[in-house]
Amino acid sequence: MSRLDVKPAVKEPQAPRRATGGGRRTRRARTSVFWLSVPLAAIAALVFILPVTGLLPDGGQNLSQTRLPPAFLAGGTWDHPLGTDKRGQDVLTELVTSGRVTILIGLVGALVAIGPGVLIGMLAGYLRGWVDRVISIFIDAQLALPFILIALAIISNRGSSLPVLFSVLALTGWAACARVTRSATRTIREQQFILALRAAGASETRIIFRHVLPNLAGTVVALGTLQIGTAILIESALSFLGLGVVPPTTSWGSMLASGQDELGQAWWIAFFPGLAITVLVLLVNLLGDALLTHYDPRKRRR
Amino acid sequence: MADTLRIEVPAGNGRDLPGPVEQPVLLVEGLVVEHRDGTTGRIFRAVDGVSLRVAAGESTAIVGESGSGKTTLAMAATGLGPRSGGHIELLGRSLERLSRRALRRLRPEVQIVFQDPHGSLDARQSVRSGLRELRRLQPERTAWIDDAALLERVRLSADLLDRYPHQLSGGQAQRVCIARALLMRPRLIVADEPTSGLDVSVQADVLKLLREVRQTTGAALLMISHDLAVVRSVCQTVHVMRRGRVVESGPCETVFTDPAHEYTRELLAAMPGARWRARR
Amino acid sequence: MRTLHLRRTALRLLVLLASTFIALTTAFALGRLSGDPTVNILGPTAPPEQREALRHELGLDRPPLTQYLDYFRSVFTGDFGDSLQFYQSNTTLILERLPYTLQLVAAGMTIAVLIGVPLGVLAATREGTWWDRAASTLALLGQSVPVFWLGMMLVALFAVKLGWLPAGQSGTPRHLILPAVTMSLYPMAHIARLTRASMSEALAEPFIDSARARGLSTAGVVWRHAFKNALMPVLTIVILQTGILMSGAVAIEYVYSWPGLGQLALQAVQFRDYPLVQAIVVFGALTFVVLNLLVDVIHSIVDPRVR
Repeated sequence: MSRLDVKPAVKEPQAPRRATGGGRRTRRARTSVFWLSVPLAAIAALVFILPVTGLLPDGGQNLSQTRLPPAFLAGGTWDHPLGTDKRGQDVLTELVTSGRVTILIGLVGALVAIGPGVLIGMLAGYLRGWVDRVISIFIDAQLALPFILIALAIISNRGSSLPVLFSVLALTGWAACARVTRSATRTIREQQFILALRAAGASETRIIFRHVLPNLAGTVVALGTLQIGTAILIESALSFLGLGVVPPTTSWGSMLASGQDELGQAWWIAFFPGLAITVLVLLVNLLGDALLTHYDPRKRRR
Repeated sequence: MADTLRIEVPAGNGRDLPGPVEQPVLLVEGLVVEHRDGTTGRIFRAVDGVSLRVAAGESTAIVGESGSGKTTLAMAATGLGPRSGGHIELLGRSLERLSRRALRRLRPEVQIVFQDPHGSLDARQSVRSGLRELRRLQPERTAWIDDAALLERVRLSADLLDRYPHQLSGGQAQRVCIARALLMRPRLIVADEPTSGLDVSVQADVLKLLREVRQTTGAALLMISHDLAVVRSVCQTVHVMRRGRVVESGPCETVFTDPAHEYTRELLAAMPGARWRARR
Repeated sequence: MRTLHLRRTALRLLVLLASTFIALTTAFALGRLSGDPTVNILGPTAPPEQREALRHELGLDRPPLTQYLDYFRSVFTGDFGDSLQFYQSNTTLILERLPYTLQLVAAGMTIAVLIGVPLGVLAATREGTWWDRAASTLALLGQSVPVFWLGMMLVALFAVKLGWLPAGQSGTPRHLILPAVTMSLYPMAHIARLTRASMSEALAEPFIDSARARGLSTAGVVWRHAFKNALMPVLTIVILQTGILMSGAVAIEYVYSWPGLGQLALQAVQFRDYPLVQAIVVFGALTFVVLNLLVDVIHSIVDPRVR
């Protein structure tokens, strides 16, 4: 499920140096980063702040108001702008509450994948030789196992829970992160300033920590961003199948599960969470892409 | 060439004592560097049995067309690149016997100026912080001059200290690289195509600077170039390399006016606007 | 030259075997060593004797090394034991459901390629125009949408509201339409992006300009030279994605009640049918390895540089 496959799979060495390409794309990337961060920050703020403001409709069950359509459709009211579900719970409130879970899991899920992934990828890219070969074999083996299989394997053993969920996210995500980090490290390592530093007498440790890592930082941030999107999609899929978050915790994915039974009568219950996921992941992916372009180690500009 | 008095400087005292004057700064004997071709798998010799010697304070050049093995030779000779065989002595210490740490301690004495000035600098560091890092690596050795004075030596304004590499022109960046090398007070400066990446108008300035540095510090200079005109203006002796082997060596004037080897003559002929007399 | 080629092939085979080995071992470790499945199957309050009996039946009370060897033996013999739920051989169950999933994957992949590749080519040849940006954004959208949600929405629209297509189950070809379309979205987007990137690079190669200079028309140049070169990575991705699709099938088969492997896997997990799930996991892992092998073989045939 990783979109990170697109770049490495095409061609490892230099991108074609076209006269117009470099500058314009980078500048566009930089403005994109800005314009994307704004809505993302807004969403995050909304999701975490709204519940506290009391602006949201009541979250509890209300059996007299079940299956109300959204406000802009016939039969809906503005008391429940996005409608209610089969137990009368307000969809908007639930959306916001579940949103917190989804976003948090996305963030943590990305972290648990990047942590080991970046470290391992960096080791492989920097040390080369047999270390690189062995690690690459592991990376390929890992990439061969899609998340669902990993999830099934663990869940059939331990049942579903939050730690299991994070394990799945970590085990699925680290390989793609490692692969991108590895190629980025290789690019940086081959640049002449590393050799120059070595010639000046810097130790390998110093080179790694003070020069390779800072140059990798941008790529890592971009990776992390993209990984958030992946994590959210995986968590949603698993929660939808009943293998992710455990009730009473709800996420957008589990909202989709409860919405599935009501497709005929109350399609909005499933519509809004899915839309929310799509929008969030799309924004995150656009941001990650822009960051990747901006921080590409092949063009050494700040 | 084998008559040089070889004196082994005892290792481990952290400071390199200046050796006796006859000791060459760099001694290479029968160096071989083998390289495995990725596609065909065949082993080919980038450097095929080269011997040369750089005396203290001498300025020597290695010339040849691209692919002749010049850079490979220089990297191997300074311990920065792979070696497959032969004997190398850097400042009297044989490379085979040096531990990595000992080699690293030797590094300040041998500084390298590379072809791509922007590529040689960390894009994320300003000139000042780059120099600071060098000073941290070798606090005593670099204490002899401050940043502003150092830049002045390479004829750059101290305003450039806070600039980042991408804010410098090619010529400025290369001077910064030379300054960084100079800071370490090396006994050998290796310049690998130092002017090839620069505009023609700037090349002469950088070369002049290299000459000056050599004269004021007494460091030896090993220059690698494919451009004979450049070499002629800076170096005393020259080695001509072709396909991994040295085909001719000698003082610049002699080699350029009266080349002994066929290949040298070809190189000279290829030089635009060269004035030379061929004597058969 | 011959020996070198043989040596490299042997090396690649070795790497492949190592990857297989690691993938299977990971599946084993995750499935067996991450805990005690009997807790999950019987619940935390079950008496210890019952649990012991179950562990014995599942072969979990044997030393880990023996389990490991048995695991690999079952990979070779194809015998994965019996399902706790259906009282049938797991292998039989898997093979029964496999055709349905294959049908779905084949249909989905076909659609993805038939639409994705042309889209990518179009975007590449019109690089920089709004065509290109629109296609790229659409492709990105395709990779951001949770596929099963899209499936549900399609069902809500085409099956429930409009009644044009059936809502689920298999049977007639009409039943295949919605699931296949849903299935095709993610790979379509990926293929479109990749084709575009690949074509874009191929078009930037200097030999394209020289071909143009020699008087070939743009279309001719595009199709004969660039396309062929661009095809290689795309082919790779198509094959690899097929494998990924097979597992993505789980959610889609659930939404459409499609009687394939994915649905089987889900049922198995929900019923805590441990042996069956393990069997499916192994099966899935092996599928990937085979696909990777296929990719390698094709690479070595098609890419003249490797030969």
